[in-house]
Amino acid sequence: MKLPIYLDYSATTPVDPRVAEKMIPYLTEKFGNPASRSHSFGWEAEAAVEEAREQVAALVNADAKEIVWTSGATESNNLAIKGAANFYGATKGKHLITVKTEHKAVLDTMREMERQGFQVTYLDVQENGLIDLEVFKAALRPDTCLVSVMFVNNEIGVVQPIAEIGEICREKGVLFHVDAAQATGKVAIDLDKLKVDLMSFSAHKTYGPKGIGALYVRRKPRVRLEAQMHGGGHERGFRSGTLATHQIVGMGEAFRIAREEMAEENARIGKLRDRLLKGLSDIDCVYVNGDLEQRVPHNLNISFAYVEGESLLMAIKDLAVSSGSACTSASLEPSYVLRALGRDDELAHSSIRFTIGRFNTEAEIDYAVKLLHQKIGKLREMSPLWEMVQEGIDLSTVQWAAH
Amino acid sequence: MSYSVKVIDHYENPRNVGGFDKDEEGVGTGMVGAPACGDVMKLQIKVGQDGVIEDAKFKTYGCGSAIASSSLVTEWVKGKTVEQALEIKNTQIAEELALPPVKIHCSILAEDAIKAAVADYKKKHSE
Repeated sequence: MKLPIYLDYSATTPVDPRVAEKMIPYLTEKFGNPASRSHSFGWEAEAAVEEAREQVAALVNADAKEIVWTSGATESNNLAIKGAANFYGATKGKHLITVKTEHKAVLDTMREMERQGFQVTYLDVQENGLIDLEVFKAALRPDTCLVSVMFVNNEIGVVQPIAEIGEICREKGVLFHVDAAQATGKVAIDLDKLKVDLMSFSAHKTYGPKGIGALYVRRKPRVRLEAQMHGGGHERGFRSGTLATHQIVGMGEAFRIAREEMAEENARIGKLRDRLLKGLSDIDCVYVNGDLEQRVPHNLNISFAYVEGESLLMAIKDLAVSSGSACTSASLEPSYVLRALGRDDELAHSSIRFTIGRFNTEAEIDYAVKLLHQKIGKLREMSPLWEMVQEGIDLSTVQWAAH
Repeated sequence: MSYSVKVIDHYENPRNVGGFDKDEEGVGTGMVGAPACGDVMKLQIKVGQDGVIEDAKFKTYGCGSAIASSSLVTEWVKGKTVEQALEIKNTQIAEELALPPVKIHCSILAEDAIKAAVADYKKKHSE
């Protein structure tokens, strides 16, 4: 077994070797600019780009004409929110709705819209990480122009009720954007049925290359956007800039593989996740963050109470995972997503996100379980909080000297 | 986050983990920090009749730097009088462990833990 074991597939995935193989010729011999109309180099590149567009559209049951290439989900989110708000804000109204547990690419874009004079409602989530549809309905206003809700949460893997939100938005005539960066290849997406107007995609979360993504822009009913990147008018004016043919080919191939293999792969990954959860469930005071049912099989976000996340990461350096605690950055704030679930700060500081993917094996999961048992035992031996709990002290009654 | 060799050494081989009976004669207990802030340190000193710290133990909930800072001070306070122990400054701890700026608070917490343990010892002793 090769160490460290990669269990951070929601951060990024390796490029599938089949994808890499398909990309390489477009860097060397098939290097043409897809916008070149006057020779075969351009035609060849354009054909490859259009084939990839079909493949991306096929995964989400959309029309290829509805797919706009971008540099990734962050750009897609920016284009969708700024583009739609700027186009429709003046006529439909300047109110936007999103959720507190969204990715920063959405939250920070919303902050920018506030600076531009929009009002934004940030919805709370329930304890299980899902939004309450009644709370959502109550937040809608006559001047609401756009709603943005992520499909699958990056930290806790919960799947938001996109179909239901879409129905409500359509009924009220409000545009609906969905960040699906963590959803492709993990949940079935049918844009023919879903009442979603804009959807963001990323390649590198689905075994494609980094630096490429797409935005789905619905044609029926037609959605208009104000371009955020001006130039040669590529992508029907939505997003100028020479297309990165090799990246696009990679995303297309990655999404083709996802479509063909996702059912089988999710079943296999679900078994690995269950094996991990079962292996850890005999450790005392372990809590799963986020709903276990409305969740992708790839994600397990767990709090190991009385053990601090960063020290645990250090103890399990044979496992490449991420911590819900942001202690690793300059701020000492625990994860805003876990806090939005109402988890107290101590549990938020004690969380680890395991995200399982295509290349994990049973042996790797078993190794992880064994290592965690060992290290959590050692860290709890060292933890004054664990000692107090063993003595029967209720930590919430202790007067802490906050610093 | 990359850690210094010394932090990793203290983290992997923490010195003097454990505790004393806090009601025992000569034992001073200091507990500083808060779970919500991500670190809690418990430092205990055992002081002899001559006022010299004979032994020290710690338990820490916190990041690697917090564990290393508390492990280090248990080594440093031993053999010192309580007054000498109070002279240990967070800057010395930070320097010894080569803590990065974002982890300086761990060394401050360790200094506070010494002060709290000594204060507890003195309080018991004056009674």
